[in-house]
Amino acid sequence: MTQGKTQMAQGAFASLHYRKTRDRIIEAILLSAGLVAVFTTVAIVFILFYESSYFFEHVSVKDFLTDTMWTPLFADARYGILPLVSGTLTVTGVAILVAIPVGTIVAIYLSEFAPHRLRETVKPVLELLGAVPTVVYGYFALLAVTPLLQKVWPDLPGFNMLSAGLVIGLMIVPYVASVSEDAMRAVPKYMREGSYAMGATKLQTALRVVVPGAFSGLAAAYILGISRAVGETMVVAIAAGMMANLTFNPTEPAATITAYIVQVSLGDLPHDSIGYQSIFAAGLVLMLMTLVLNVIGFFLTRRFREAY
Amino acid sequence: MQGEIRAQGSDTPSLSIVMEDRKTTRANPAKAAAEKLNFWYGSNQALKNINLVIPEHQVTALIGPSGCGKSTFLRCFNRMHDLQADTKYEGAITLRPDNVNLVGPETDPIEVRMRIGMVFQKPNPFPKSVFENVAYGLRLRGINNKTELAERVEKALRGAAIWDEVKDRLNDSALALSGGQMQRVCISRALATEPEILLFDEPTSALDPIATAKIEELITELRQRVTVLIVTHNMQQAARVSDFTAFMYLGELVEVDATSKIFTNPAKKATEDYITGRYG
Repeated sequence: MTQGKTQMAQGAFASLHYRKTRDRIIEAILLSAGLVAVFTTVAIVFILFYESSYFFEHVSVKDFLTDTMWTPLFADARYGILPLVSGTLTVTGVAILVAIPVGTIVAIYLSEFAPHRLRETVKPVLELLGAVPTVVYGYFALLAVTPLLQKVWPDLPGFNMLSAGLVIGLMIVPYVASVSEDAMRAVPKYMREGSYAMGATKLQTALRVVVPGAFSGLAAAYILGISRAVGETMVVAIAAGMMANLTFNPTEPAATITAYIVQVSLGDLPHDSIGYQSIFAAGLVLMLMTLVLNVIGFFLTRRFREAY
Repeated sequence: MQGEIRAQGSDTPSLSIVMEDRKTTRANPAKAAAEKLNFWYGSNQALKNINLVIPEHQVTALIGPSGCGKSTFLRCFNRMHDLQADTKYEGAITLRPDNVNLVGPETDPIEVRMRIGMVFQKPNPFPKSVFENVAYGLRLRGINNKTELAERVEKALRGAAIWDEVKDRLNDSALALSGGQMQRVCISRALATEPEILLFDEPTSALDPIATAKIEELITELRQRVTVLIVTHNMQQAARVSDFTAFMYLGELVEVDATSKIFTNPAKKATEDYITGRYG
């Protein structure tokens, strides 16, 4: 009996030792998996800085930021990033004018009005829309939306930022709607009941209590949506034309930063040419833009986080 | 469990002292009356043939074990069940003096909620400033005049005995207040629109004893302004704050009488068993 007890105790210690070792191994595996993501990010940032440093040896930062022409592929090469930034901002602007109102309305409907069954059907379908390859959206913009718009404005060029922006907007609606809906659903039921009990209608409750209550989540949804619009490549490359053009007029053709990068990456420029290096400088600007957006998003969500 | 029962036992003497003062309780004219009220969640009948008169400007407490239907009954008064699918009312809750049937299919639930306020179990201020919380119902009723809002918000906050604590932080988020303060802001919010009946659904179950004492004191004062119906799990609370007590069990109203009578000399065996802690 005594012996049995001792054996059991020893067994327990042995298994404790085994368990600790096993936990440590699992921890190491999980940590290394996490580190892959961190390392990749660091490597991307490093390469962007490293490669663009060659570019900035030939082009001054002042020219890069103030020149109004971007023609690295011409004989008379000019390296002003502004036309690409204006193109990116214009396309993004059109896209968010579509995505934020439509996405929010869809989210309010799904979260506050739609019957349970409908919501459970529509949400997966919405999320499925995110799985449509962006190249399909690009051709949709070029071959369906642009001709449609040309019926209203016959002067609209075949390539233009308006149809690219509209389609990107539609493309990110499901995304904005889905994240917004999650945020609104997270507003507790007793908060809504408080509003209904005061005599509020569903719409009043949605607009005056649920939306403010979900603000931090909505801000996150919008910022993520804007980031996606800024980074979207295929649609603009296909439908907006590839000509850098310093304008904020969406009915004109223009190139965005991403479209330019695609254009050069797919071209046959020698890898040590200054034109090739320019895509790293452009990529750096793009990364900084999305970084700024994410930082704003981070502080917005923190500032407005509600503790229920 | 043991401790609870003993605690109740030790409270009984002071409880009966409270009762002595209220021996004279007389029913005011009715503010509302439930008549043959039945209620179903789907096929499950939660309320069975409830008949109860709610006297005006008095506090009526609903007590009974969990699941007896007291919260369900309370929520019939402002049609909260309408927010859920597959619920059914039958019978009437008549609001005096204009004899509207609160649960009638022809009655607009929004109109009902405009006239009958509610305070919930968990303090549920909106993610807005203290001021906007209290102004919420007023704004819903189309009052946007700044001076009028400011006056009525102050009056409501004073009415809920919280004005002095929040007058310098009216523009701070109501979610930054303590639990007891939040609950009193919620009471102010309900009072601001001057409801005819104020419903309390276990308003102190999420609060500490000091906050609870303040809310109870407030409820006893409120009866001068409004008719109060309160659901409570806590029998001492029912004894302290109410003029009339209704005991419910398994969806039926077992007994209703002056609170002093219910707690000292209940007519029904089930009531006596419940208040002496034999079940529930």
